[in-house]
Amino acid sequence: MSARAIRRRLSSAVMTGLVFALCAAAVLPLLFILADLIHKGASSIDWNFFTHTPVPAGQTGGGVAHAIVGTGIIVGLACLIGLPIGIGAGVFLAEYGGGRLGWIVRFVADVMNGTPSIVVGIFAWTWLVRPVHHFSALAGGAALAMLMVPMLARTTEEMVRLVPHSLREAALALGYPRWRTSLKVMVRTALAGIVTGALVGVARVAGETAPLLFTALGNLNFTTNVAQPMQTLSLQIFVYATGPFEEWHRLAWAAALVLMGLVLTLAIAARWATRQRYGAS
Amino acid sequence: MPLTITPPPAVTTSGPAPAAKRRNRGDRFYRGILTALALCLPLLLVTIAAELVVGAGPSIRRFGFAFLGRSTWDPVAEVYGAAPMIFGTIVSSLLALVIAVPLALGVAVFLTEFAPKWMRQPVAFLVELLAAVPSVVYGLWGVFVLIPFLRQVAVPPLRALLGWTPFVSGVFYGNSMLASGVILAIMIVPYIAAVSREVLLAVPGSQREAALGLGATRWEAVWSAVLPYGRAGVIGAVMLGLGRALGETMAVTMLIGNRHDISLSLLQPGYTMAAALANEFSEATTSLYLSALVEVGLILFLITIAVNAAARLLVWRVARGTAAGSKAL
Repeated sequence: MSARAIRRRLSSAVMTGLVFALCAAAVLPLLFILADLIHKGASSIDWNFFTHTPVPAGQTGGGVAHAIVGTGIIVGLACLIGLPIGIGAGVFLAEYGGGRLGWIVRFVADVMNGTPSIVVGIFAWTWLVRPVHHFSALAGGAALAMLMVPMLARTTEEMVRLVPHSLREAALALGYPRWRTSLKVMVRTALAGIVTGALVGVARVAGETAPLLFTALGNLNFTTNVAQPMQTLSLQIFVYATGPFEEWHRLAWAAALVLMGLVLTLAIAARWATRQRYGAS
Repeated sequence: MPLTITPPPAVTTSGPAPAAKRRNRGDRFYRGILTALALCLPLLLVTIAAELVVGAGPSIRRFGFAFLGRSTWDPVAEVYGAAPMIFGTIVSSLLALVIAVPLALGVAVFLTEFAPKWMRQPVAFLVELLAAVPSVVYGLWGVFVLIPFLRQVAVPPLRALLGWTPFVSGVFYGNSMLASGVILAIMIVPYIAAVSREVLLAVPGSQREAALGLGATRWEAVWSAVLPYGRAGVIGAVMLGLGRALGETMAVTMLIGNRHDISLSLLQPGYTMAAALANEFSEATTSLYLSALVEVGLILFLITIAVNAAARLLVWRVARGTAAGSKAL
């Protein structure tokens, strides 16, 4: 073998190794973060952590029951507002999205997917908080919904498009009207995929903090009133992590572990749901 | 995608049968509702832009373009300039890109070209999970793990290596441009990797086969046939990552030090537009202060829109019409 050929093979092998090393280095932080969360958070998690609200600063103990419930309520509100709009827009893109309007909606959805969540928070503040002079969980839910909609629209579109054309043709040939074909055949068949998209969307907004800073604001007390300021796990972590007390830092790690558990469960559930249906995608 | 099949027209002699009429009404109704829901998206975008412009109005009228170049931020004297934040936003994002792009391309190339089949799905999934970690958790980890690590392990050799440049001067307290750049890099790797991977998957197999058939080694095939083919898409993927980094808020707020200051040294605190909004928006007491902050939001909005729009057009050129990146959480 000539020296040149050896050099080429060698450089190919070296670059392959380098690419593998880079890939490994990219995955490492996830493992570190998970390890740290479990190492520093798990010991603080007990029954009280889930059932109590915070004690005054300086004392030990207390929990984040209010933040867990608050996260649930605000994410629930976001789903109520965001799911119909996002899924509807996605079905529109898949069924009628061939024209100019489809192109615009698709492009806007992709662009909005990259809009900073803090900007959405400011917008929600000017629209939903300033006019009523009152922070509220409702405004927080609406802000999260605005983040969910563009994502849902694109994943729903993709999922409906995966449905084979022959199914639609069969339904239409049997005399089904278009709208029933769309709802009962196309959307019905793509349902597992749409649910996955929704789960992914929920996982993403459940950890959001920035758009809640001046909409839901945070609250140290337990509340289920959506017209009042409300705490979420993410806001609680922010307050505890940036605060001066050791005890708060301990609770921040615990709350972060709970939040990660929630988000990862949703993400893995989403993955599992599509796996069942379409195999590895 | 337009329908190619339409329902057969009802065969009648005197106009459509009642059933067909009802059917059309149902179709029109269905389409109308879906169109209305889809219109929400462009409407929302336009409303956000309009609302920000209106909110920023007083500040724009008062300061004009000087707002962009001034580095004073004085709520007492009511003089505002966003230069340090714009500087900090750009520097932290570029630093993040410098670190993240090689890693992300490594992931994408490894997963599409070199990895054994059984490894591809699990590793891709792990990288996607990185995108699922909430920003505030990255911030927490950054404050209590990354900063001590930088202080003890990374900064001393960095100083030894680059001590003669202005980029590592000054005392390192932890909260700094460097810390936020590193955390941003970790956060945007999954986005760049996921989109690049989709782009590389869209490169036709014939490209690789042709290069290999001409006697190229595997790396040469990737470097000379696959990457150039997907170049526009990969650049788009990097720009998507840039868009993320520019607007990322919580982790940066917790790590950058939040000081209205322009410093060449990466070890010094700085500020970004998003961090300023997170910190000061609820404290803004006067209407001009508020308006100045909304203008910061408007600038951030316009920059990210421009970056994202350009990125999308580039990605669409390669992976046509697919929702690239939508699989990254």
